[in-house]
Amino acid sequence: MRRELLLVCAAVFLLGEAQTTGGTAANGKTNQAEVEIDNFTFAPVTLTVPAGTTVKWVNRDDIPHTVVSEDRRTFKSKALDTDDSFSYTFTQPGTYTYFCSIHPKMTAKVVVQ
Amino acid sequence: MKQTGNDELLVDHNHDGINRRGFLKCMAWAGTGTLCVMQGGVLKSLALNRWQEMGQPQGQSELSFVQISDSHMGFNKPANADVVSTLKAAVDKINALPQAPEFLLHTGDITHLSRPEQFDTVKQILTSTKTKDVFYVPGEHDVTDGDGKEYLQHYGKNAQSGGRYSFDKKGVHFLGLVNVMNLKAGGLGSLGAEQLEWIKKDLEALTASTPVIVFAHIPLWSVYPEWGWGTEDSEQALALLKRFGSVTVLNGHIHQTMQKVEGSVTFHTAASTAFPQPAPGKADSPGPMKVPAEQLRALLGITDVNFVRGQQALAVVDSNLV
Repeated sequence: MRRELLLVCAAVFLLGEAQTTGGTAANGKTNQAEVEIDNFTFAPVTLTVPAGTTVKWVNRDDIPHTVVSEDRRTFKSKALDTDDSFSYTFTQPGTYTYFCSIHPKMTAKVVVQ
Repeated sequence: MKQTGNDELLVDHNHDGINRRGFLKCMAWAGTGTLCVMQGGVLKSLALNRWQEMGQPQGQSELSFVQISDSHMGFNKPANADVVSTLKAAVDKINALPQAPEFLLHTGDITHLSRPEQFDTVKQILTSTKTKDVFYVPGEHDVTDGDGKEYLQHYGKNAQSGGRYSFDKKGVHFLGLVNVMNLKAGGLGSLGAEQLEWIKKDLEALTASTPVIVFAHIPLWSVYPEWGWGTEDSEQALALLKRFGSVTVLNGHIHQTMQKVEGSVTFHTAASTAFPQPAPGKADSPGPMKVPAEQLRALLGITDVNFVRGQQALAVVDSNLV
């Protein structure tokens, strides 16, 4: 009885893990990554991801920020207040420098491989 | 006029009517409410409360206005949970001034998130001042929609493209500049080639003795570039202003008072009516600075500016909201 319980628990645990990891799914097609904005900084400053990754920026700072690609066209979020987020899926390899258009000294980049 | 101790600074080593040590002393005191007045070519500094006792400086002020800045309507974090009431305290302060200002200058970050209701709230609160005219320039928080559409809808009607404009009051020429649009990654504030060209044309017909007041959100001098506290092409604007005998530059953005004098140009930044920010380099980042509740209003304020014809420097007085 106990061993069965253990096995069930293990199975549930493993299933749970697969669902919450948010990493590579079985077919390796969907990827997610997160950038945290706090203290006027994007963290990590350089994020390296495979093509096809959806990057989600979350603002944890007590001041609003935006996420805008250097060319101001590729991606551009609206003003993100505390706890707001913005997502963009990078389909093409390349280096994408971006900044906060409200506080332009804040710069970072996503390297898509 | 009573004379005590260090109040009168009459040392004039260079015989040019400029008391440099006095200027530095004035600047150090500016944050605590100091009036620096040029009278008869001699700089005098008076503590604000003594000035109020004595009434006006000698010579009626011909033009008097108040600068407020960085009201950040919509901000509601711990540094100040109630920016409405601190803006109202600023209005009370303005209404209590010995000489009612003719108009207000708001040097930007009117709103926190460029939202229409935030613009409306500030407009509505400022109607309680005895003065009816308010002139605005945008801060970066007012143009977060990218092209500043919401700001321009409210305040761009009589302005040039981008929101810049100029006007005259009693022979003093005012330029409202916009240095918060089209900012580049890693950059500072920016005036842009088109605006610089417009400034050149705007100043062309003025005589060098016309007092000029320039107001813009981000400081037009390098306060602290690491935090974006400066404007990339401000030197080009200042070159256009070099020939004038009296230039005053009024800015906001840094949420603390600061002064600098360079030749005939006086630079001054105002406190915010919403929340203070740390002194340059004294924190990891330039964000809202949390202080004990009872200290907040001592770090917020308004700036009263008085112009007396024939005197080179404007009398610029900062006072806090306590």
